[in-house]
Amino acid sequence: MDLKEKLISDYRLHESKLNGFARGKIYNIKLDAERYFELLGFPNRKQEDWRFTNVNPIITNNYNYDLGAQPQISEEDLQNFLVPGLKANTIVFINGIYSDKHSKIITEKGKAYIGTIKDTQKSNKELIEKYFAGNADYKTDGFTALNTAYMNDGVFIHVSKNTEIKEPVLILNITDSSKGEIMYHPRVLLVAGESSKVSLIEIYESDGENFSFSNAVTEIYSENNSEVHYYKIQNECDKSYHVGTTQVRQERDSRFNSLTVSWGGSVIRNNLNASLQNKGADTIMKGLFIASGNQQIDNHTLVDHASPYCHSNELYKGIMDENSNGVFNGKIMVRKDAQKTNAYQMNKNIILSKSALVNSKPQLEIFADDVKCSHGATTGQLDNEQLFYLKARGIGEKEGKKLLLYAFANEILEDIPIDDLKVYLEKKLSEKLEKK
Amino acid sequence: MLSIKNLRASIHGKEILKGINLEVKAGEVHAIMGPNGSGKSTLASVLAGKEGYDVTSGEVIYKGKNLFDYSPEDRAREGIFLAFQYPVEIPGVSTTNFLKTAINEKRKYLGQQPLSSVDFLKMLKAKAKFVELDTEMTSRAVNVGFSGGEKKRNEIFQLAMMNPDLSILDETDSGLDIDALRIVAEGVNKLKTKDNAFVIITHYQRLLNYIVPDYVHVLSDGQIVTSGGKELALKLEELGYDWVEDLADAK
Ligand SMILES: Nc1ncnc2c1ncn2[C@@H]1O[C@H](COP(=O)(O)OP(=O)(O)OP(=O)(O)O)[C@@H](O)[C@H]1O
Ligand SMILES: [Mg+2]
Repeated sequence: MDLKEKLISDYRLHESKLNGFARGKIYNIKLDAERYFELLGFPNRKQEDWRFTNVNPIITNNYNYDLGAQPQISEEDLQNFLVPGLKANTIVFINGIYSDKHSKIITEKGKAYIGTIKDTQKSNKELIEKYFAGNADYKTDGFTALNTAYMNDGVFIHVSKNTEIKEPVLILNITDSSKGEIMYHPRVLLVAGESSKVSLIEIYESDGENFSFSNAVTEIYSENNSEVHYYKIQNECDKSYHVGTTQVRQERDSRFNSLTVSWGGSVIRNNLNASLQNKGADTIMKGLFIASGNQQIDNHTLVDHASPYCHSNELYKGIMDENSNGVFNGKIMVRKDAQKTNAYQMNKNIILSKSALVNSKPQLEIFADDVKCSHGATTGQLDNEQLFYLKARGIGEKEGKKLLLYAFANEILEDIPIDDLKVYLEKKLSEKLEKK
Repeated sequence: MLSIKNLRASIHGKEILKGINLEVKAGEVHAIMGPNGSGKSTLASVLAGKEGYDVTSGEVIYKGKNLFDYSPEDRAREGIFLAFQYPVEIPGVSTTNFLKTAINEKRKYLGQQPLSSVDFLKMLKAKAKFVELDTEMTSRAVNVGFSGGEKKRNEIFQLAMMNPDLSILDETDSGLDIDALRIVAEGVNKLKTKDNAFVIITHYQRLLNYIVPDYVHVLSDGQIVTSGGKELALKLEELGYDWVEDLADAK
């Protein structure tokens, strides 16, 4: 029995655990999503969107849905996974199971609602039902369908109108595969109310020697004039697989500012889709991916300009070493009514070995005539002239490469507005490059 | 300090240096002049260890050792400094960070402790003042967005920071206005001691009014065709390189 068949046949079992969702609207959505998963299954390389990334390694493992009792993590290990010094609303999941012990909410209640999806089902049913699965379409994507059908918890954040939350919301997903192969389905739903401001940080970390697969969906609603900063950081081990879709819906004058950092994991696929639904919306997408060994990191982005006077700017940078494989597929869609659109996209990659590879594919589909759009992509090696200049000042090959790669990558990190996060990422970047 | 004997070097199979002989002793200033394409920068690059050149014969002894046994970075750490004719831009790396790394790599090589941030900054300020460089420039990325003159001045600033034994200046004076030229030349004069040496590649005698060379050599078609004192530079200025090329043909 392959993974798809196993999942389908086990669904009844899963369903019996859904008592938290007790026959409401979400329950029905989940059942519907399960039917779509049966229909869609897992993608293959014949599908245009999956041309460069083979999902077979992900779906040929014999995953468990849970590993018995709630896995535990020591306070010390937890601290290693968090961002030093950062004051944040921290929500910790271990193998997809919420850990109350390690989580804490510090933002005052009136400013925002921050809770688990399970709890919200009980305490704020109508609110979550209004948004859940309204944005991430499970009818066209097998992984999203799988997540929607199988998720049984997650995080719901609702930021009140005219409110700025100073403390970011940090969701730490820890995979612990020490007791066996594990699959889980993280789910996040963020609603940023009108003229609100919020930062959401998702961190993926892992521990344990068995294969694991996290299949995530994050939905973001950025209401009129709101500002959302979204960070997704993947720092897992080389037995970890991850597929994630972040679906953003932007209303009038909203600002969505994202940073996706992928430097740990075996096969990673990030889908980041922003739909600019109303005038004056602004989207910034930045990404950094660093791979070595046999790692595969695939970034698919979509900026859907569905209304006029919107602006988007995208910059992704990759560093590929050894046999690693990177993908940047950036689609910009400018619909017929989206006049006066400004859309920019850039992808730059450095290849450090003969057998490393990057597929860079811009996709522009423009149906409006009064727009400014540009895109560019460069893939090359480190500049020998620069390396020699450094050597001529006594900076050797290894140190010189590090200096140049750090400078290349740091363009993505240098204007992170959250200082502690910036320091944390810059330090991690140094550590990554130390090994090159 | 430096002894070059019958040095021949080629690039992509084309011979550029065709038997160079040159002796540089501590405390000396040598000027190398010569027409475009005669091989001046090639000589500087071969000495600094740039890839792509094949040394086909001859030897270079630096401080009693075979220079070609050292990697480019070790040559720098051993005290060779090349001020580039075309300084390279390095986006994202600040001059401060670059120089701090350079100095500490050299110190590590020499078995010394790294410089403290405070001492480094003190030195940085002092040397910047020395070449009349705005310290704001040092926080910017190396050479990025610098004018031609600023790049050259930045080379001399780096030279002052690295405090080398043998400095090779490849047309550091080209593209400088009179004021900048004076600053650069005064900088070099102040850095000159009886223990270090300078090899100054230039097209223009005006630099040599400020930095008075002990020897002037004329490079033509990969060979030093004539050498003399500072008056040779004046002669070249007056007569051009035609008579030199005749000398080369005679060889
Ligand atoms: N990468 C290369 N491939 C082929 N020929 C080269 C290369 N680099 C330099 N040369 C040739 O070597 C010769 C010497 O060049 P070099 O730069 O050393 O001259 P130069 O004396 O410094 O000239 P200038 O006064 O213009 O700076 C020239 O004919 C040049 O075209
Ligand atoms: Mg030259």
